[in-house]
Amino acid sequence: MTRLAILLMILALPAHAGEIWITNEKDDTVSVIDVDTLEVVRTYPTGERPRGVIFSKDFSRLYICASDSNTVQVMDPETGKILHDLPSGEDPEQFALHPDDRHLFIANEDDAVTTVVDTQTRQVVAQINVGIEPEGMAVSPDGKIAITTSETTNMAHWIDTATYTLFANTLVDSRPRHAEFTADGAKLWVSSEIGGTITVFNVADQTEVGKVRFEITGVSSDLVQPVGFKFNPEGTKAFVALGPSNHVAVVNMTTYEVETYILVGRRVWHMAFSPDNSQLFTTNGVSGDVTVIDVASETPVKSIKVGRFPWGAAMRPTKSQ
Amino acid sequence: MTAPSIPAAICAALWLGTSAMALAQQARIDVPMLYLRQEVDLPPVLSNLDPQPEDLGLAGAEVALKDNQTTGSFLGHDYALTVVSVAPGGDLAAAARDAFAAAPFVLVDGTAADVLTVADLPEAAGKLIFNVSAGDARLRSEDCRANVLHTIPEDAARTDALMQVLQAKQWRKLALITGPKPADQAFADALRRSAAKFGLTITGEKPWTFDTDLRESTMAELPRFTQDLPDHDVLLVADPTDDFGRYVQHNTWLPRPVAGTHGLHAEGWASVIEAWGAVQLQNRFEAHAKRDMRARDYAAWLAIRAVGEAVTRRNTADPASLRGFILSADFQQDGFKGRALTFRNWNGQMRQPVAVVNDRALVTMAPVEGFLHQRNETDSLGLDQPESKCTAFGR
Repeated sequence: MTRLAILLMILALPAHAGEIWITNEKDDTVSVIDVDTLEVVRTYPTGERPRGVIFSKDFSRLYICASDSNTVQVMDPETGKILHDLPSGEDPEQFALHPDDRHLFIANEDDAVTTVVDTQTRQVVAQINVGIEPEGMAVSPDGKIAITTSETTNMAHWIDTATYTLFANTLVDSRPRHAEFTADGAKLWVSSEIGGTITVFNVADQTEVGKVRFEITGVSSDLVQPVGFKFNPEGTKAFVALGPSNHVAVVNMTTYEVETYILVGRRVWHMAFSPDNSQLFTTNGVSGDVTVIDVASETPVKSIKVGRFPWGAAMRPTKSQ
Repeated sequence: MTAPSIPAAICAALWLGTSAMALAQQARIDVPMLYLRQEVDLPPVLSNLDPQPEDLGLAGAEVALKDNQTTGSFLGHDYALTVVSVAPGGDLAAAARDAFAAAPFVLVDGTAADVLTVADLPEAAGKLIFNVSAGDARLRSEDCRANVLHTIPEDAARTDALMQVLQAKQWRKLALITGPKPADQAFADALRRSAAKFGLTITGEKPWTFDTDLRESTMAELPRFTQDLPDHDVLLVADPTDDFGRYVQHNTWLPRPVAGTHGLHAEGWASVIEAWGAVQLQNRFEAHAKRDMRARDYAAWLAIRAVGEAVTRRNTADPASLRGFILSADFQQDGFKGRALTFRNWNGQMRQPVAVVNDRALVTMAPVEGFLHQRNETDSLGLDQPESKCTAFGR
């Protein structure tokens, strides 16, 4: 895309100023990308091996899984200062914030447990034994169910958030990575990196109702490995990062068929939408950059160099409009 | 591949409370496994810097057992591992017969001859045996057995991986130093075969003939020993028992990298593998064994995990039915090497990437990009179907 076209596209954007915060796993930093200029505007130091990253509901706090520091850090996004650490259990990798905006559900990768932390009292509320290498975390929109996926046990573990006990364990394909509930809470999607699929569950009875498969011409099928994904706000399309195949798939959420593949950087992990959902930012671990996708045309428009091994991504709207 | 859903009864029961209650309502499945090891007296080597761990192989099986048990705890599957270790010169066949009754799944840690001794026992007919230690080509070719699967890569897969890297770098002229032991000769044969397969030339060879302790004179002796080799890009060493190979690097006449069993080498597993979640396995192993994970540990880990994966997906511990599943296109296993692992259904060898490493870092994971194969790129490593004389698998 030409510089002029990018300029026109930027000018055409509605005024939804915002930032994308990227964790750089091998640099121990977060990079902050301005969604208007598409430049890195700030970089802040974090604990060791930052991966999962999420904002509080009012965007006044950034939670960062500092995996090798065995803690979740709480950062003030206005200043980049670490305010305090939360007890997280060992090796926190990913987490999900409960709709109550208070409880974090954390997957402890080296410990086969899920830790629930109260961000106000800064206390561990519960630890739940799950399978080997817990990774993906999700909480249902009504807050009643939390999901942990375990990479070696190959299950989605269903946690009753009222009692912090497991009420179901459902097998998925090999090496489940990421889990998300649909906005209406009716479906749960779980990606399997080595299995090369996404399994879709009906939440009410935990039965499998669909399977998404991927195939990219010219890429060996065992390198097409779904990891992170996001649903568009309309709930019609899922954008799925396909790891070492260096593509993002656009999946029709009704038919579970792939509509198109978008070329991005190398080993694509996770992603975040811009505040107006017109752009999607993907973290590309091996190439050390972020690809900006124009959502309407489903095409990549820019690569932004960030730190070493970018992993997680989270969006924050900013007031300056 | 579709994931079988967990019976609704188990979900409902778990909802009620403790897992013990839940599992009482589900028929439990016992999965007894056996680790059968033939101990050997290792030959003396020049250096004692890196002794072979006593629990080599076994420690990997123990870590995998814990992995399986965790998964099994959610499904009502009970995994157990019995270890039988036969002293050097002991009667492996008798020990196998005694232990066989207990377990349909058997890991054999020994030589190729040991694997065949166990596999050919009449009592072994219905067993599913995993070779976790012998890389000999013959076990994947004329001496293959229908009841034996291999999770340790064949030597040819390792030397193929190495040659893919050398070819990709265009380091095509090779020289070779081979030790005097039969194992050295066998590894040299694998190197020669792979060099020819990938279009590399071995310009000259020398047998290792020193019979003195060279350790204090390597700088004087080795340059002269390598001086009369024809010009080469890389000097190959065939010394799988780790006797003299470590002294070749940086003592050569020409400034050349060393590869083969030392320097740049290819392994099913190495402690320098970090990507693809490997650090998690390395950490689990280190916490358990207090040492680095090696290739034989990994092969044993893979075997136990293959049983676990098959039992999980099929909800049975019947070895015949699981053998069929493991050899089918529906079976796949994660092994922290970035690709799904499967088994070749014509000779029972696990299809797996091979790590090409030096002592401090991964160089690359083979198959190397650009080495294509009509079926699966990983089949560019090791004996391919047309080369294998194996008929026991009926293909």
